[in-house]
Amino acid sequence: MPTPIDTKLVTQRFGDEQGKTLAGYERTGGYGALRKALAMRPEDITAEVKASNLRGRGGAGFATGVKWGFVPKDAKVVHLVCNADESEPGTCKDRELIYWDPHLLIEGMIIAAHALRAVHNYIYIRGEMMREYAVLQRAVDEAYQRGYLGKNILGTGIECHLTVHRGAGAYICGEETALLNSLEGLRGQPRLKPPFPAVKGLFGNPTIVNNVETLMNVPLILDKGGAWFNGLGMGRSGGTRMICVSGHVNKPGVFELPMGITFNQIIHDVCGGLAAGRTVKAVIPGGVSMPPLDASELDVPCEFDALQTDERIKPVMVREGQQFDLGGGRALRTMAGSGGVVVMDDQTDIPRAVWRIMKFFAHESCGQCTPCREGTGWLEKVSRRVAEGNGKPDDLELLASIAHGIAGNTICALGDAAAWPMLGFLTKFRADFEAKIAKKVKAA
Amino acid sequence: MSLEFSAEAQTKISALCERYAVSGGKQPVVMAALHLAQKEFGHLSDDALKLVARTLDLPYAHVYGVATFYTMYRREPGGTTTIRVCTNISCMLRRGYEVLAAFEQQLGLKKGQSNKDFTLVEEECIAACANAPCAVVGTKYYLDITPDKVPQIVAELKQNPHPESEVV
Repeated sequence: MPTPIDTKLVTQRFGDEQGKTLAGYERTGGYGALRKALAMRPEDITAEVKASNLRGRGGAGFATGVKWGFVPKDAKVVHLVCNADESEPGTCKDRELIYWDPHLLIEGMIIAAHALRAVHNYIYIRGEMMREYAVLQRAVDEAYQRGYLGKNILGTGIECHLTVHRGAGAYICGEETALLNSLEGLRGQPRLKPPFPAVKGLFGNPTIVNNVETLMNVPLILDKGGAWFNGLGMGRSGGTRMICVSGHVNKPGVFELPMGITFNQIIHDVCGGLAAGRTVKAVIPGGVSMPPLDASELDVPCEFDALQTDERIKPVMVREGQQFDLGGGRALRTMAGSGGVVVMDDQTDIPRAVWRIMKFFAHESCGQCTPCREGTGWLEKVSRRVAEGNGKPDDLELLASIAHGIAGNTICALGDAAAWPMLGFLTKFRADFEAKIAKKVKAA
Repeated sequence: MSLEFSAEAQTKISALCERYAVSGGKQPVVMAALHLAQKEFGHLSDDALKLVARTLDLPYAHVYGVATFYTMYRREPGGTTTIRVCTNISCMLRRGYEVLAAFEQQLGLKKGQSNKDFTLVEEECIAACANAPCAVVGTKYYLDITPDKVPQIVAELKQNPHPESEVV
């Protein structure tokens, strides 16, 4: 049976100003799951999270319990790090989650830290989120005062510390290894993987990096059971999903929705459709790093596996007759990403929108890998001249070739994040680009 | 000129060094120390970077490298209040560039410029996309901005400055 649209897990305290105080949080059952978890063996907590089919809400959708299981059994020092560096354009859920329910995040982290036997743990929060930093730091201080954090939490003999680490402006620090370097006091540049952080992460110790929304689901899983959480979801994806809708809809917003909801339902039933007389042209399904959907692809569920495999979504092409290869011949359709749904109506200037996305990636490339540093700059320059009506006949071929030259050839996924939407928009909205170039050629 | 941290900042830095002691050094505290230095001295001059390096036993070059990587650290003096206006995709689709232009006109500044009261920054997404166009000013958000609301926002901020250092 599908999850009712009004099921509230991580948003249950939204709108309640008392909910963000310790007293308000405890009054509504807060820290009950922690008491239960502290009486459990760490491996039993991980088993419960595995059974829940909770998947990472930051973008990759990796199974959380499986990730926790990668920490070597004989590890002496382990860290848990919360990635609160939300900065993927179109995504605005973690900021709201932290603001309305900071203690749910803290409780989730203490439970996860117990499962991982992690003592020194960190929340990396984006520098620009100054209001949320203040809310979170106050909540952490409260949790220390009440004995939920410290050298001997709730008299159990378990030690657990939480430190909030402020970033200072760098999209790349949302990439987990760049985030770890930044936490270590370095420039935020990604590391080569392997070794993966679960084996060698912060300060050289095994480290699990989880997103805000992911960790906030953990107390609910402990409270009501992994099977219950899994039952709310769809396929291999348990629970609900935070969806941020922006762009040309009548009622944009941040919503907690059933995992299997389709894009048409999100746009029309949840967000009140588009302005009168307008229709949907393009939808970015999960932050600007993800290839777009066109109007014919919106009956697909907004779920991790569906967006990668549903054959109603056309594959991204490098050029006519050549599909983009994700490896082993796998087609790239799109991905659920970070839950940032951006809706563009039929009046949208697609080449200009694409230029803005490329400008973002050119600005945020950390400069470490040549294909990304140089390539994103060229994508910005060429897409700008096309958008401004100064494009040359070969520019679309050039854009595709630059994007294809970046993808897969860099240390981290930022290069792919620029290349995929470039190729995706060229695949599905080629006529919009061609029209701009044709106009210029005609004028000349 | 040799600079010194206030007693309050020194206490904060010492407490943070404890929190990161598991790392075996003070290097992880460099970002917080730079935020504190920017709060106390307004911007990160060479002397401010030298102070951070001295405080944390780090090479000056390392501190310089970190300070120049992140966009919120500023090497030059700026205005009391920083207005960060987003023009990224969700804001652009809802007239974000017109909002930025209205701020430029009202402040008499181009993006990236400062006067005594204000610094105007074109920001890359502030995670408030559902309320685009938007701007963040310290702990305050301005949501669903239209160009005609800009004069009032600027007047309000002139009356009540909202520096980013409030949360440091």
